[in-house]
Amino acid sequence: MSNFVKGTTLSANEWNLLRYPVVAEAEQKQAGKTVIFKVTGTEAASAETIAAFALPAGKIIVPLKVWLARREELTPRLAAGELGVWFESFELIEDLIASVEDINVFPVIAWDFVRFADGRGFSSAALLRQRYGYRNELRAIGDVLRDQLFFMRRCGFDAYELRADRSAQDALEGFKDFAEPYQAAVHVDQPVWRRHAR
Amino acid sequence: MYRYDAYDQRLVDERVAQFRDQTRRYLAGQLSEDEFRPLRLQNGLYIQRHAPMLRIAVPYGLLSSRQLRKLADITRRYDRGYGHFSTRQNLQLNWPKLEDVPDILAELASVEMHAIQTSGNCIRNITTDEFAGVTPDEVVDPRPIAEILRQWSTFHPEFALLPRKFKIAVNGNHEDRAVVRVHDIGLEFLRNEAGEVGVKVWAGGGLGRTPIIGEVVSEWIDWQHVITYCEAILRVYNRHGRRDNSYKARIKILVKALGIEEFRRQVEAEFAHTKGGAMTLTQAELDRVAAHFTPHPYATLPETDASFEAARAADPAFAAWTKRCVHPHRVPGYRAVTLSLKPTGIAPGDATAEQMEIVANLADEHSFGELRISHEQNLILADVPLAKLHEVWKTARAAGLATPNIGLLTDIICCPGGDFCSLANAKSIPIAQSIQERFDNLDYLFDLGEIELNISGCMNSCGHHHVGHIGILGVDKDGSEWYQISLGGSQGNDTRLAQVIGRSFAAGDVADVIEKIIGVFVEQREGDERFIDVVRRIGLDPFKHRVYGTPAKKEAAHV
Repeated sequence: MSNFVKGTTLSANEWNLLRYPVVAEAEQKQAGKTVIFKVTGTEAASAETIAAFALPAGKIIVPLKVWLARREELTPRLAAGELGVWFESFELIEDLIASVEDINVFPVIAWDFVRFADGRGFSSAALLRQRYGYRNELRAIGDVLRDQLFFMRRCGFDAYELRADRSAQDALEGFKDFAEPYQAAVHVDQPVWRRHAR
Repeated sequence: MYRYDAYDQRLVDERVAQFRDQTRRYLAGQLSEDEFRPLRLQNGLYIQRHAPMLRIAVPYGLLSSRQLRKLADITRRYDRGYGHFSTRQNLQLNWPKLEDVPDILAELASVEMHAIQTSGNCIRNITTDEFAGVTPDEVVDPRPIAEILRQWSTFHPEFALLPRKFKIAVNGNHEDRAVVRVHDIGLEFLRNEAGEVGVKVWAGGGLGRTPIIGEVVSEWIDWQHVITYCEAILRVYNRHGRRDNSYKARIKILVKALGIEEFRRQVEAEFAHTKGGAMTLTQAELDRVAAHFTPHPYATLPETDASFEAARAADPAFAAWTKRCVHPHRVPGYRAVTLSLKPTGIAPGDATAEQMEIVANLADEHSFGELRISHEQNLILADVPLAKLHEVWKTARAAGLATPNIGLLTDIICCPGGDFCSLANAKSIPIAQSIQERFDNLDYLFDLGEIELNISGCMNSCGHHHVGHIGILGVDKDGSEWYQISLGGSQGNDTRLAQVIGRSFAAGDVADVIEKIIGVFVEQREGDERFIDVVRRIGLDPFKHRVYGTPAKKEAAHV
C-alpha cells in the first residue's frame, strides 16, 4: 500500500527521493537536556559527501546542496523533467530561488520535516507559493503525520509522504479537521470575513 | 461581549472532535508519547505532578456569568471543586482525568469556550487590560482587536509549530496594565493628532530564564495592518528562531542576537511583501466584532450616591474595601470592583465552585452578567453601580472574596509551584501563605501602601517575579528548596527588571527576610512614598545590609 498522498488521495509515487548516507548524529547535551533538534544551520553534508552523492537514472529528488554544487551535471536532468530538490529543515528556499531563473523549472520541491514539531517548513512553503509563485508539486517528507496535514495543506503543500509506520489512508481524515479556517493562507486564501457575510 | 456565530461554533465543535480522536489514538497506542505531547499541549493539557493539568482559555480575560457557572460545574464534575486563575487570565484545573478531557472540551464548547493554544509552541491566549472598555483614561478599547487576534491566531497554519511559545498582549491605554513590554509581541493601540488609530509594536520581551524588556519594532502601524505586521514578525521568528535549544528559542533571543535594527529591517522587508494582503483588516470586520463590545445599557446616574456614602461612613471595613478594591469607571455612578482571590490561607488565584457561582450571580445582578480576570489573578466586576457596592461587598465578604488587599503586599502574584507544577524547583504557595500570615494586619498593610510581591517556583517565571517590586524565585540547590529575593522590578509604563539582593534563603526564613526589607522601607520612607520609589531612591545596599547583617559583599546568586 502506498504511503504517498497527492492532493487529498492516495497516489503512486513516481519519484526516487535520495537522502544522504546515514551517519550517526551526535546528540548534544545542553543545560541537562538532550537536544534532538539539529543545530540551526549545521552543515549536513561535507563537500566529499556531496561529490560522491550517487545519482541514479530516472526521476530523482536530490538534496539542495547537491543541486547547488553539481548544477552543471544536473541541468540536463532538470531539462528532461526528472529532477527535483529537497530542503533540510534549516535550509533557506532563497538559495534555490537564486539558483534558477524560473522556480517552476522544478517539477517537484520537497521539504524535510526533521521532526514533526519543526514548523519552519510551513513558512517556507507559504513563501514558495505566495512570494515566489511556485506552482508545481510541493511535497512534505520526513516526520509527516496525520495531525500536521491540515496545516501543511493550508501552507501550500500538495503532496505528502507519510511516515512509513503510519497509515496514509487514516491520515486522509486529517484534511477534514476544520471546514472553515479563520485566516487566509495558501489554501483558502481569504479570511473567513471575506469569504462569508458574518 | 463577543458571541460566537456559526463559524466560531463549528470550529470549536470540530476541535472537540479532533481532540477526542487524538486522545483515542493516543490511548490506543497509535500516537506515541512524543507525538501526543505537542497535540495535547496545544490544547492546554499538561501531564503534571499529580494528574494532568488542563488550562482553559479565557480570551483576554473576559467571561460571562453563564461561562463562569459552567466552569464551576466542570470543576465539580471533573475535578475537585476548585480552579486556579493564572497570570495569563486563564483557568487551570489541577486534577482532571485524561480520558475526561474530550468531554470537558465538549462542555466548554457548549458555552463558547475552549482550551485551544493555551500551551504549546504556538500563539497563546491573547491578554489585555482587565479594565478594558470601562477605564476612564482609555484611548482605544482593545477588546475587539483582541478578539480579532484570537480568531486570527486560532489554528494559524503557518505558526502552529513555532520554535517556542508565543505570547501577545494588547493595551489601549496610556497606562500599560497588560504588561506589553514583557511579551513576545506587545501591541499598544493609540491615536495620532488626527484621531486615527494606530499601533505601537514591541517585540522580544519576556520573563523566564532570560528576562528581557521588549524593544519597539514600530512606533506606528495603521490598525488595518496589525495582523499582517504580526505575521511578518512571526514569519521572521518561525524561520530564524533557534530550535536547537529550547531555552534559547524565544523570540527575545532572536531579537537580541540580531539587534533591534536588523530585526526591524527583516520584519519591515517581510511586511513590505504582505502589506495590504488578504489579512489586512477592514473597517467592516472591525465594526462587526466591535458591535459585540458596545457599551452596556448603563443607567443615567449621579456622580455620587447617598446610600454609598452613608455605608462608607458607617462601616470602616466597607470603607477600607472601597479604597483598595473599587476602581474608577468612565460612566458616572459606576465603578469597577476587584474581588480578591488572595485571602490569607488560600493559594493565590484559587476559587472554589461555590465562589464562582456567587460571582456569577453578582455579575448577573449588578454587572451586566460579565466579569474579567486580571493578570494579578483576581476577579473583576467591571460595571457596578455605586448604590450596589455595599450589597456586592457583603455578599463577596461572606464568600471570602472581599479581602481589601488589592495592590498591597498580600495581593501576591504566585504560580502554582512545586505543589502542582512538574516544572517547579520549589513550592510557591506555602511561601505566599507565610508572608500573608506575617502581614495579616490590614491597618499595617494599608500604611505600607502599594507593594507588588511576585513569587515564581522556577525560572519559567509564571509568577512574574522579575517585575515585582519584591520578587521571590524558588531555586533548587543540592536537591533542596531555596528562595532568591530580588527588589526593584515593576510592570506598566516603567517596566523594569528586579535585581537579586544576594544569596538565597530557606523557606522558613523568607517571611523574616521580607519583614526586614519592609523594615528598611518604613525607616527610610519619606511621607507617603511608595515602596518601589524608596528602593529606587536609596538603592539595594541598605536592604542587603539589613538582610545579610554585614555590608553587602558581591555574591553570586544561586540559580
